[in-house]
Amino acid sequence: MRVLIPGASGALARRLALQLSRSGHEVIGIDRRPWPAPPIEFHEVDVRKRAAEDIFRRVRPDVVVHMATVTSLIVKGEERYQINLGGTRAVFEYSRAHGVKHCIFVGRHTFYGAGPESPLSHVEDEPPLELHRFPELADLVAADLYAATALWRFPELATTVLRVCYTLGPSGHGTLANYLRGPRVPLVLGFDPLFQFLHEDDVVRAIELALIHRVSGVYNVSGPRPLPLSTLVREAGRTRVRLPEFVLAGILGRFGFPQLPTGALGHLKYPIVVDARAFQERTGYAFKYDELETIAAFKAAFPTPP
Amino acid sequence: MEADSRAAQRGQKRSTLVTNRMRIDQQVREAVDGLELPFNALGVDPYGVSKRHLRIGLGMLAVAYRYYFSVQTSGIHNIPPRGRAMLVGNHSGGIPIDAAMAIASCLLEMSPPRLAQGMVEKFLYRFPFLGEWAARTGQFVGLPENAERLLENERLLLVFPEGARGTAKLFGQRYSLVDFGSGFLRLALKTHTPIVPFVVLGAGDAFPTIANLYALGRLLGVPYVPIPAYGLPVALPASIEVKYGAPLVFEGTGNENDEVVQGDVGKVKDVIARMLAEGARKRRGDPDPPGSDTP
Repeated sequence: MRVLIPGASGALARRLALQLSRSGHEVIGIDRRPWPAPPIEFHEVDVRKRAAEDIFRRVRPDVVVHMATVTSLIVKGEERYQINLGGTRAVFEYSRAHGVKHCIFVGRHTFYGAGPESPLSHVEDEPPLELHRFPELADLVAADLYAATALWRFPELATTVLRVCYTLGPSGHGTLANYLRGPRVPLVLGFDPLFQFLHEDDVVRAIELALIHRVSGVYNVSGPRPLPLSTLVREAGRTRVRLPEFVLAGILGRFGFPQLPTGALGHLKYPIVVDARAFQERTGYAFKYDELETIAAFKAAFPTPP
Repeated sequence: MEADSRAAQRGQKRSTLVTNRMRIDQQVREAVDGLELPFNALGVDPYGVSKRHLRIGLGMLAVAYRYYFSVQTSGIHNIPPRGRAMLVGNHSGGIPIDAAMAIASCLLEMSPPRLAQGMVEKFLYRFPFLGEWAARTGQFVGLPENAERLLENERLLLVFPEGARGTAKLFGQRYSLVDFGSGFLRLALKTHTPIVPFVVLGAGDAFPTIANLYALGRLLGVPYVPIPAYGLPVALPASIEVKYGAPLVFEGTGNENDEVVQGDVGKVKDVIARMLAEGARKRRGDPDPPGSDTP
């Protein structure tokens, strides 16, 4: 199949592109960020620009895997809103206009939000929680819900919305890996939420399975069982620095601590765990790397800094 | 001479304490290791229940259970050794000592031990440490979806259908019941879960509330602040009894009209009220009323 990947320069997207091309698919990437010496057909364009639509028109992909969304940790303010919502809108509009059969939106499990009323496990039909405390998440939540509207707006287009838990692995990219990167990792004193994460190769396989089975609908994607955050940090060989919430809010981004919006502290206090049984049943997906192997893979690539 | 014997006595007392301590540690270790929960290599189950936290938590509960409240448990055989079940009981006393002692009884008296998982009030999870310890010891937020998930996983659920209104009972109301919610029964019907009724007697003596401060509670982010007769927020070493009754099984789908469900809730409440009245009578040392079927 001919697969177009908007946002192909991201670490996870590159892995996906390589994997799909190994599996015999014809893969075309577009991204406004460069990918030097790409092993696939690659166009350095912004998905919201005319040139991007021309690629859709010319290539006529069968499948589009939309990975051009960003978190508040990478892009700040209005631009992020434009990328996430404007970009998602463009991808679905072009897909419908140019004969795409299947469109996969790769979203995040942080959609559900975290709060004291977090359930043990989220199922797909739940609305997001605690959005008022973490407004920087609003555009990603909106993009996720907007992507799902394609299910009724464009019934001829198979649409898959994936809500993927944190990824971790040798590339060291992604929200969780950035958080764990330094030698000292801040934790909120008195809180220890469960964290759910998946090896990046397992995420790639999950997306490939969504593509093969052409599943329509909204699906959570997760891997092995979650671990308490403090256990995860310890197993990654990092030093845990437990600080009261108000202290932590003041020093984020300083003294070598990762920079996080204050709303993200909720994600260090309360769990986001998703129930991914529906996806497993529809696609037969099973993870390859358990929680400890996944941490070990990250730790091997990023040993504790001296 | 006298000083020597006093020292020897002290030494003996000390060694009893040490043996007791060792016995408790041994029991706690056996109870936690005997749990049939799917722990991983790190001793964490899929919902984050951790053996390490259970050991520490139960270590404290066990001391309270054995020595401080000298808990007497009866009818423990009524709890199924495996598979889903719901313990449904009464609240009394300003703080949920009753829940803690019920949990301790299932861990210390059952063989194999079971972890009773309470459905706690949401406010608890807002507080540092409390929420963390509740989560690590399997005491999760009382959401219907959490309860259903745990039952589907064949866990043992601990439910107080009176909720926070139950712990708001004043000392004089300690053997009474307030309104029961009906959510637990709908869930039992939907998931085909047997209900094991139980009563805890004495928690109201351990924490005899004379007033509840609701305004202060709002300020602190809790439903209310219970004030015991002696003013200090500590529990007295009252003797506590935990009595489990025969399981009740209700047939249905969980989709019945409120009236039907309320009827079944009434049956559970009646059983608990009877067990409570009987227990209270025995505690007071009153003779059995004429016509009573208890010997």
